[in-house]
Amino acid sequence: MDFDLSDEQKMLADQARGLLAERTPYDRLRKLIDSGAEWDEQLWRELGEMGFLGANIPQEFGGLGMAELDLGVIAQELGRANAAVPFFSSIVLAADAIRLAGSAAQKAEWLPRLASGEVIACFASAEGPGPLLGQGTQLTDGKLSGAKHPVADAGIAALAVVQVGDGLALVKLDQPGVTRTRLDSFDQLRAHYRIDFADALAEPMPGAGVLATLLDRAAVQAAFEAVGGSEACLAMGRDYTMGRTMFGRPLAGYQAIKHKLADVAVAIELAKSNAYFAGWAAECSADDLPGAAASARLTAIKAFEMAARENLQVHGGIGYTFEANCHFYYRRERMLAVIVGGRGYWADRLLNAQPGAQGQTHSTGKAA
Amino acid sequence: MDFNDTPAEAAFRAEARGWLAAHAPAHELTPGLKIPDTEEADRSRAWMRELFDGGWSGLTFPKALGGRGLTGIEAVIFSEEESRYHLPKGPFTSIGTGMALPVIAKHGNDAQRAQFIEPTLKGDLTWCQLFSEPSAGSDLANLRTKAVRAEDGSGDWIVNGQKVWSSWAHLTDWGILVVRTDPAVPKHKGLTFFVVDMKTPGIETRPIRQISGMSEFNETFLTDVRIPDANRIGAIGEGWACCMTVLMGERLGSGAHRSGVEPLIAMAARTPAHDGSTMLDDRAVRLALADALAEEQGERFFQARLRTMVSKGENPGALAGMIKLAYAGRQQKALGLGMELRGLDAIAADPADSATADLQYDYIYSTVMRIAGGADEVLRNQIAERVLGMPGEVRMDKDIPFEQLK
Repeated sequence: MDFDLSDEQKMLADQARGLLAERTPYDRLRKLIDSGAEWDEQLWRELGEMGFLGANIPQEFGGLGMAELDLGVIAQELGRANAAVPFFSSIVLAADAIRLAGSAAQKAEWLPRLASGEVIACFASAEGPGPLLGQGTQLTDGKLSGAKHPVADAGIAALAVVQVGDGLALVKLDQPGVTRTRLDSFDQLRAHYRIDFADALAEPMPGAGVLATLLDRAAVQAAFEAVGGSEACLAMGRDYTMGRTMFGRPLAGYQAIKHKLADVAVAIELAKSNAYFAGWAAECSADDLPGAAASARLTAIKAFEMAARENLQVHGGIGYTFEANCHFYYRRERMLAVIVGGRGYWADRLLNAQPGAQGQTHSTGKAA
Repeated sequence: MDFNDTPAEAAFRAEARGWLAAHAPAHELTPGLKIPDTEEADRSRAWMRELFDGGWSGLTFPKALGGRGLTGIEAVIFSEEESRYHLPKGPFTSIGTGMALPVIAKHGNDAQRAQFIEPTLKGDLTWCQLFSEPSAGSDLANLRTKAVRAEDGSGDWIVNGQKVWSSWAHLTDWGILVVRTDPAVPKHKGLTFFVVDMKTPGIETRPIRQISGMSEFNETFLTDVRIPDANRIGAIGEGWACCMTVLMGERLGSGAHRSGVEPLIAMAARTPAHDGSTMLDDRAVRLALADALAEEQGERFFQARLRTMVSKGENPGALAGMIKLAYAGRQQKALGLGMELRGLDAIAADPADSATADLQYDYIYSTVMRIAGGADEVLRNQIAERVLGMPGEVRMDKDIPFEQLK
């Protein structure tokens, strides 16, 4: 058994971490928020040039043809940096959807441009409050009607992968039947939109029944991103308390702080271990993927929730200021907690993956 | 990342599996059947002897000392294969092989190594641990049991005091014992380590009546117990270093502990709720069970990561404590949930319902997991200090002679 990242994956992580630490320090994040920017375009271009965006896209479509775990390593670093890029929308969801459900022509048309970062795609699924059901949009004779909201990164996207019922369709966003309205985003580093479709031209993707698998695979990447964010929070909380003196000794020396951060550290290691297994399963063991993705998702939500909250807590009042760095993660964590279905969906997914443990009233044939 | 054994590991596993298939079944206990502890002890000895004769005892022990000189990962593989059988294993033999022998090997002299190592590996000698005291648990160095030189000039030591939580002390042959030999120095410095024949006059073991109704732990009273100086392990005052060797010797478990959550899911599925549904359909139950199962999976894969470290010759150190901390708390919480989902029946079930009886016992026993082998709070300190690099605890008694402590 070798249950560890390979040397190459560790190098990839170092490379990504180094680039991100240099290009997207917290002061840059503050500037992006203050300027109302939708994203960090310059960083996105660099990520594309490094090949990171096409990491798991097959070589025949211009990617590097690497494994899900390689993409996970990159997601973890983007999570650590709290980067303002549409990676999850364009690569983890949209490109993967096209890969799973697209026709040969659709793959050939879009995947190379997504892999390079030249084109950005968003993933339109939610329709207001509640789970990610696609019941309010209709696709008839290649014309799409209805509204999707919120949709991350729709303002910079040229293409949307739209969930319609249990199926998926491709919609070019620069056309008369599409109206995009920017919403106030709780995560200030990821712009969100409402998209209204009025007989917009849409191309159904032929692959059927891929939605659950798409979400499983995305959940693995969300878990890696959350683990990266959690690790950043833990390090920040540790460093801050080590440097602050309270009642004559370092704040970090008090058990109230030590035990809190020890619990966060344990939660992160459990989530990371589940993410590693799920990343492996996504590539090597399809039967294990639903349960593994669900375990990774549930433990990653819990780890990031603890880490983001307790990091701000141990900072005390300074943590509530815009000048401190806790808030980037405090906001990002909530977005990651709901981005591909919440705890209820993944609890069902996990329990239904257990042999002989199907509940009677909660099937998970459909996406949450 | 690869879940398969390396060719060398696979070959070792095949060898272990083949030997176990031929020898283990005759030693298996009947699951669920309670046997007298004297019989369990005899059967543990017999299995130890079988292991020794087959060359499977003391796997990581140096060859020169009667072991096999293998690596940690081979020990893990053997223990994984061994755990497929319901064998008589537990503290009765593991305190000897896992705690007494490493100390004797490292701190003892040649005569002591010859006297104790091979007989222990064979199951001829079994051991109990006489460390904790009523006022010395997590703060072990605070122990009060004292040894003074006999006045007859023999060089023997006379020991008086009380030890507690000594598993199997009433049935084992020898004990590893740490006592205070010098109260005039700070607490860690005045300790000395001994091995003691449990048949020595003055040793009295009394079973502790536990909250589970069982009595696997003992109190051990030592009254004018005479120990020859030849049974001192290491130098006078070296007791704390010996204790550290014991604690460092605790190896990574095989990860083969009883699964906690899957039986609870099955139990929920056969517990009726209203309108013909089951408790497994209850939203709150589903969320809680899924959380517990996801954490259990995380522990399993974290164990796999640590196992990989061991196979590369790295020491997981305090990381291993993270699994224990996660496991113990999660287990207690999940078992408590299991009782809730059974409803009032969890409190007094039909006598034929052994699953609920097991659940009740496991819930009571889960408290032990959070205390023994490093209490939750001790582990949190270790993780904060050794993994996160945070400051150590304030130790008020560090430089004060033991006899001046209040």
